[in-house]
Amino acid sequence: MKVGIPKELSKQELRVGATPKTTQRLRKQGFEVFIQKGAGERANYADKEYAEAGATLIDSAEELYKSSDIILKVLAPTNDEIELMHKDQVTLSYLWPAQNPDLLEKLAAKGINSVAMDAIPRISRAQKMDVLSSMANIAGYRAVIEAANYFGRFLNGQITAAGKVPPAKVLVIGAGVAGLASIGAANSLGAIVRAFDTRMEVAEQIESMGAKFLTVDIEEDGATASGYSKVMSKEFIEAEMALFKEQAKEIDIIITTAQIPGRKAPTLILKEHVEEMKPGSVIVDLAASTGGNCELTKDGEVYTTDNGVIILGKLNQLPTQASQLYGNNLCHLLDDMGKAENFKIDMKDDVVSRAMVTYNGEINWPPEPLPVSPQKPKAKETSVEVEPTEADAAKKKAKSTMISLAAIGVFLFLLGKVAPTDFMGHFSVFVLSVFIGWQVIWNVSHSLHTPLMAVTNAISGIIIIGGLLQTQNSLSNPMTIIAFVAILVASINIVGGFFVTHRMLKMFKK
Amino acid sequence: MITAQIQTAAYLFAGILFILSLGGLSSQESAKKGVFYGIVGMAIAILSTVMGADVNGHIYIIIAIAIASLIGVMVARKVEMTSMPQLVAILHSFVGLAAVLVGFGSYLDPHTQELIGTAHTIHLVEIFIGVFIGAITFTGSIVAWGKLDGKIRSKPLVYPGRHAVNIILVIISIYLAILFTQAHGIEGMNYLYIMTAIASFIGIMLVMAIGGADMPVVVSMLNSYSGWAAAAAGFMLGNDLLIITGALVGSSGAILSIIMCEAMNRSFLSVIFGGFGATPSASGGDQEIEGQVTATSYEDVAELLKEANHVLIVPGYGMAVAKAQYPVHDLVDLLQKEGKKITFGIHPVAGRLPGHMNVLLAEANVSYDIVLEMDEANDEMDTTNVVLVIGANDIVNPGAMTDPTSPIYGMPVIKVWEAEKVIVMKRSMATGYAGVQNPLFFKDNTDMLYGDAKDSVDKILMELKK
Repeated sequence: MKVGIPKELSKQELRVGATPKTTQRLRKQGFEVFIQKGAGERANYADKEYAEAGATLIDSAEELYKSSDIILKVLAPTNDEIELMHKDQVTLSYLWPAQNPDLLEKLAAKGINSVAMDAIPRISRAQKMDVLSSMANIAGYRAVIEAANYFGRFLNGQITAAGKVPPAKVLVIGAGVAGLASIGAANSLGAIVRAFDTRMEVAEQIESMGAKFLTVDIEEDGATASGYSKVMSKEFIEAEMALFKEQAKEIDIIITTAQIPGRKAPTLILKEHVEEMKPGSVIVDLAASTGGNCELTKDGEVYTTDNGVIILGKLNQLPTQASQLYGNNLCHLLDDMGKAENFKIDMKDDVVSRAMVTYNGEINWPPEPLPVSPQKPKAKETSVEVEPTEADAAKKKAKSTMISLAAIGVFLFLLGKVAPTDFMGHFSVFVLSVFIGWQVIWNVSHSLHTPLMAVTNAISGIIIIGGLLQTQNSLSNPMTIIAFVAILVASINIVGGFFVTHRMLKMFKK
Repeated sequence: MITAQIQTAAYLFAGILFILSLGGLSSQESAKKGVFYGIVGMAIAILSTVMGADVNGHIYIIIAIAIASLIGVMVARKVEMTSMPQLVAILHSFVGLAAVLVGFGSYLDPHTQELIGTAHTIHLVEIFIGVFIGAITFTGSIVAWGKLDGKIRSKPLVYPGRHAVNIILVIISIYLAILFTQAHGIEGMNYLYIMTAIASFIGIMLVMAIGGADMPVVVSMLNSYSGWAAAAAGFMLGNDLLIITGALVGSSGAILSIIMCEAMNRSFLSVIFGGFGATPSASGGDQEIEGQVTATSYEDVAELLKEANHVLIVPGYGMAVAKAQYPVHDLVDLLQKEGKKITFGIHPVAGRLPGHMNVLLAEANVSYDIVLEMDEANDEMDTTNVVLVIGANDIVNPGAMTDPTSPIYGMPVIKVWEAEKVIVMKRSMATGYAGVQNPLFFKDNTDMLYGDAKDSVDKILMELKK
């Protein structure tokens, strides 16, 4: 099997479908690798390196397309490129099938089996070939770096001899792969990071990356089975806008990453938000190519608004890194398809069948949806079933309470009949004290049970009063000796108990 | 010299202060104030008593209090937090002893003989009950102290028919009480002696029959008894302050016992009379356990901790014995500096006293807001990467949930095995106090780190600092 890597035609595209490293991998998988001369130039890979990795250098694109079975590309093929392809050729590249129905028709008509790398389903097994994730990771990182570049201050707070520097405040909107990568990068540069997402399930991920999760006071979860968020209700959006407006006043850098597949990116940052921002603030719009999350974004441009806010509508792609990761994604897919020896297009495979958007002359789009969202919040358990038994138990309890109350009443009556007045007085005090103790002790904090014991222990040394009352004037009286010992041990108790409690409590610190 | 009315007012004030004192313990912030109230209350109570009209022999009182204060301060200053349970137990025995002595004193008091009719009988019954409870508290606490201090084997001592023996002894005591109330003057002294001996024996046997794992319950129970003994003395002397205080302490101890019992899913009666831990069914826990025990090394544990984001530490009595709380605190500090989330999970019956672990951790300066209760720790288990079980066994035993033959079946436990990885630090494969094998050790995600807890933690620390 022969794999061909052509040079990308678009001058803006710096990446390439294979790097010397992935070339080696392809060779290991058993493929013969052809590469057009100069293909890796813009990604800083020299022809020489490819040759050393075992690739054959080809002069012209025509020849490359003619002799290859599989084509590894980055951008979707142009009409000219499709001209060069032949029937049953397999191509791996971005295609954006939802936006490009014409392109699919052309590819199908030509009998080309084309894989849209951007249509790889986002399930766990396919993560290693998910180019959207790997590229989003780079974009998220780069967004912070670019923002820092245009931003006129430190990102981290410092207190120096020359004065105090406050940390920059970064707001990341959309906590997908790109958003999380941005949070991580901004956080490690020392900025204060906040993040917003309509999907409640990502709150934990946001916090794990070190940002504060911002939310609105409306209970609505934007999560869907596809892993992307849905379009939110009007109330929610209004609340969201109000939140952004308020945040815009203090935020220095906004990074927006909200995209909905196959649709224009949602407009989240309005003109009025930008106007609220301080001069010198930076907005990085990662959704610029699909319409932009910011109303004022100009795709492919960096410019400064009238009030001094810098809006970035383009990013350096980090082509060297991006090509490496993209190439790895391609290698993984080819690995899954059976490498060179057993190469096969298995339309029963969940991943291949969904990404192979044209096959055997037919368009295979859109695919069946495949749920990816890992955890949906569980529906609250209903408590309806337990209610009858609870009512029963309550009835039973009420009954037994009545019986015990009656028994107590009879007992007290009998006691009152025989006991002297004095005793009844003491007995009342006793019973009421038990009740007070019962109420007070239940409030004692769990962690203070040991101090509680030490205190009650000290207090129970009150028995010393018995000894005090019994002491007589003469030592020869046995009562004095007994009382002396009683006072002695009870006092040890009191002093020791209070002292040790005090020692213990001194240690409890927040 | 103050009048009886003022004395009563002072007692009332002291009673209020004691209630506030216990109420203060509802939170760490107010706890110190609580102790202050307690001390003031006690001072008022003692002063107002001593200044009362019917107190004699002030010189002896002052001598006794001075000596005792010295001893008390010395003991309390010296005691280590790990031996807190022993101290509490021995202090309980003092209250018991004092109650017995006050009972005898009250019987010898000439005023007692002046009473007539029902009043006399009731007074004698009060003395009898006070001495009875006091004696049980006294000997029971001494045995508990011995067990906690390792001077007496902690294995439960049970003999066949002991329930019958106890019941017979109680019946004999009741019979003695009847004879005692009918005796003239102080002729009933002998009955009182015999009953004291019997009650002392009951106290010894009661605690001897209880296994080490149930010690928290026993200590709280004795705490409660010492309160009732004080209340009984209050009835004897017709002193309301003693009654109030005794009732407060008595119900406090009872509540603690109930909390501990709930934490072990056992009824209060079965703990007191059960002799739990040596029941034949303990071997029932030995049912075939699948899997293998894997041992690990300090290096591996250190490596694991470096990669973890959330570490839960579950301490048990083993940490107290090894005094590992200080290196554990250093470990926590080190890991926290690296931005990791560290929490402690405290089982209600961990240690030998209610709240024992909290005190030890507080001693080592561990901030109390990272110390979680069992339920809180269980709720976070699925996001926990590594659990370090330090010297705990029964409280992390999955058998309590899965194996109906296990004697600890039904006891709520910290579900450490639901975390990604569990490291158990233990001296050997020996069973815990309940004498039950622990299937946790055989789980795939559990590794054992053998050795003294302090030693192990120290070595992990060294490894992490490299």
